[in-house]
Amino acid sequence: MRDTKVTRLLGSSAVQALLVLVALVWITPLAGLLLSSLRSERDNAAGGWWTSFADPAQLSFDNYRALLADSGLVQAFWNTVLIAVPATVLVVGVAALAGYAFAWLDFPGRDGLFLVVVGLLVVPVQIGLLPVAKLFGAVGLFGTVAGVVLFHVAYGLPFGVFLLRNFFAEIPREMLEAARLDGGGEWRIFRRLVLPLGRPALASLGIFQFLWVWNDMLVALLFADGESQPLTVALQSQMRQFGSNIGVLAPGAFLSLVVPLVVFFAFQKHFVQGVMAGSVK
Amino acid sequence: MDRRPDTTGRPGAARDSDAARGPGTGRGPGSGRRAAGRGAADPRRRALRRRRLLGALFALPALLLLGALVAYPVVFSVLRSLFDATGDRFVGADNYTEMVRDPATLKALRNSAVWVVVAPVLLTGLGLVLAVLTERVRWATAFKLVLFLPMAVSFLAAGIVFRLAYEQDPDRGVLNAVVVGVHDAFAEPSPYPTARAREGKGLTGTPAGGYATGEVRPGSAVALPFVGVAPGAVPGDAERARVPESAPGALSGTVYLDFTPGAGGRPGAVDAREKGLPGMTVEAVRDGRAVAETRTAADGSFRLDGLAEGSYRLRVPAGNFAAGYGGVDWLGPSLVTPAVIGAYLWVWTGFSMVLIGAGLAALPRDVLEAARVDGANERQIFRRITVPLLAPVLTVVFVTLVINVMKVFDLVYVIAPGPVQEEANVLATRMWLVSFGGGNDQGLGSALSVLLLLLVVPAMVFNIRRFRKGGSR
Repeated sequence: MRDTKVTRLLGSSAVQALLVLVALVWITPLAGLLLSSLRSERDNAAGGWWTSFADPAQLSFDNYRALLADSGLVQAFWNTVLIAVPATVLVVGVAALAGYAFAWLDFPGRDGLFLVVVGLLVVPVQIGLLPVAKLFGAVGLFGTVAGVVLFHVAYGLPFGVFLLRNFFAEIPREMLEAARLDGGGEWRIFRRLVLPLGRPALASLGIFQFLWVWNDMLVALLFADGESQPLTVALQSQMRQFGSNIGVLAPGAFLSLVVPLVVFFAFQKHFVQGVMAGSVK
Repeated sequence: MDRRPDTTGRPGAARDSDAARGPGTGRGPGSGRRAAGRGAADPRRRALRRRRLLGALFALPALLLLGALVAYPVVFSVLRSLFDATGDRFVGADNYTEMVRDPATLKALRNSAVWVVVAPVLLTGLGLVLAVLTERVRWATAFKLVLFLPMAVSFLAAGIVFRLAYEQDPDRGVLNAVVVGVHDAFAEPSPYPTARAREGKGLTGTPAGGYATGEVRPGSAVALPFVGVAPGAVPGDAERARVPESAPGALSGTVYLDFTPGAGGRPGAVDAREKGLPGMTVEAVRDGRAVAETRTAADGSFRLDGLAEGSYRLRVPAGNFAAGYGGVDWLGPSLVTPAVIGAYLWVWTGFSMVLIGAGLAALPRDVLEAARVDGANERQIFRRITVPLLAPVLTVVFVTLVINVMKVFDLVYVIAPGPVQEEANVLATRMWLVSFGGGNDQGLGSALSVLLLLLVVPAMVFNIRRFRKGGSR
């Protein structure tokens, strides 16, 4: 009698309970971070964040106030913006141009070059660190925001070109031909027809790239200096004295994840698509 | 495949070049065109030439950046890996053999192997189970949202989150708070972690950390004096210590706190205002084996009956004095890799669940229904139908995870505390440390990055093939 209504109901409430438990387990670490960020250094040293349920007086915005008064961390936050926004816009723009060229403009060597681009998809950023550091050192880009941006753009391009070329290739040929017969130049067709049609793919690429760069630590760890370092690197440098730095690290980490969370909730569909598509990377 | 050639994503698909050649050209010798003659062909050719030029121009920024910052570094790294640390001397494959000779690098290789085997398997399994279960609840969307949330969080933030959760002190780390809570609920904490025997009053320390008397025979009674228990730490139910009374055929006595508040107590004797130590385990030991065991009463007295004639030792074993259970040393050398993998699971489970869930939603409902009608139970359906049908999706998830796990860097770098970094290192962190983090051996560093590339290539080729087969999904 496995499938009577009663056993099914019981089974489903067991499933419900299990899933609630899993969801709680997933939320708890983030809740811990948030609550820790609202407690003083002394409270954090004396007991866990859960004690603030019994004693809500522990919670205050003092840490955040101190954080916003720390010019170094505020600068690091702006650096993150200054790195992530251009790196995203450039990847989307450059990849869209190239994607259109690879899909519809028959320039010499196109097919061979596209295969190379696809091949470059496999290259992990680690390969680039040392050679590009030397290259940037030679031209004065090492330790600058521009250098970090360029590196991110270059390593975002194989995937971007690949994604957009495949997406643009699905634009019906008749549409493009009609536009060409109407006397539209390629630049005009690109702007008026290809970009609007490609919006879903552009959005997915943009969100994926933005998150990738915003959350990056490795690239900036090498290519940024004290002046140009983003929030991730600035916070990482405080990890050594983890126990005594929770008052800085917890609110800092929370600040750094507010922006991705906003992007996440605002563009849920594109976000999931972007992450899924980007997972070939 | 019934798709148009364009969607295969194959470069140079026939239609593309048709289009590139300009409208109309692919249609064969049309009557109107021939009549128009060269005069009409010229502008067409010019348009074609301009389009080729524009194409090159459009692709140029991307190609320049890719050439200088991605393609060139690959060549550079491969060549650099054949030279020594400073780059002056050609050493052939020495850097690659050094990987297995250098213990720290070998450790990193081993850890990477553990990561690549364990993490993708767990993530795919977890994702599959959760995807199947979420299909049965109404709030599936909310659940998926919660589990997908960590994908938006940087590894650094995730690292800080888990450094907090993994804190050793159960008063600060939530994980150990739970572990200690569960542990203490099942195993009572030892009653007297600070107690020690009064020296020179009949009890000597055993190697295991407990205390034992000299030889005693049944019928005798002994006083076992202890000190080092703060008055506040004596259990509330402790009564006045009973003066040891002998009982025929039994070993009896009293375990007590040999300390009289105020003054006037005699060391080693049970005085009027001294308290017994209840709940203390006492054993009778013969020829090194414990043959009887009991616990002291509220007044500290104990009595071991039914002992055969002969001589025994009374032992107060180490368990009575064990320090309180402090939880698990998550970030210690032996557990640090599993701990970091745990944090990784937190980040990536949502990804695997959502992707598998999408595959699940695309399964043919009628097959599942038919199986149900035929009387298959849920587990049979899961094993015989769902999993085999999902195999392609599961493979994709697994391969994607392998690629990402191979490159894991930030989490290990952030979570593993300095002293155990060496134990936790994976390929990517080792490469970083060797090249930039003080090691400054760019030859070995380059070799490690090349190895990383080589290891990722097969999985990537698989992924790209699939991506191109399926168009842009």
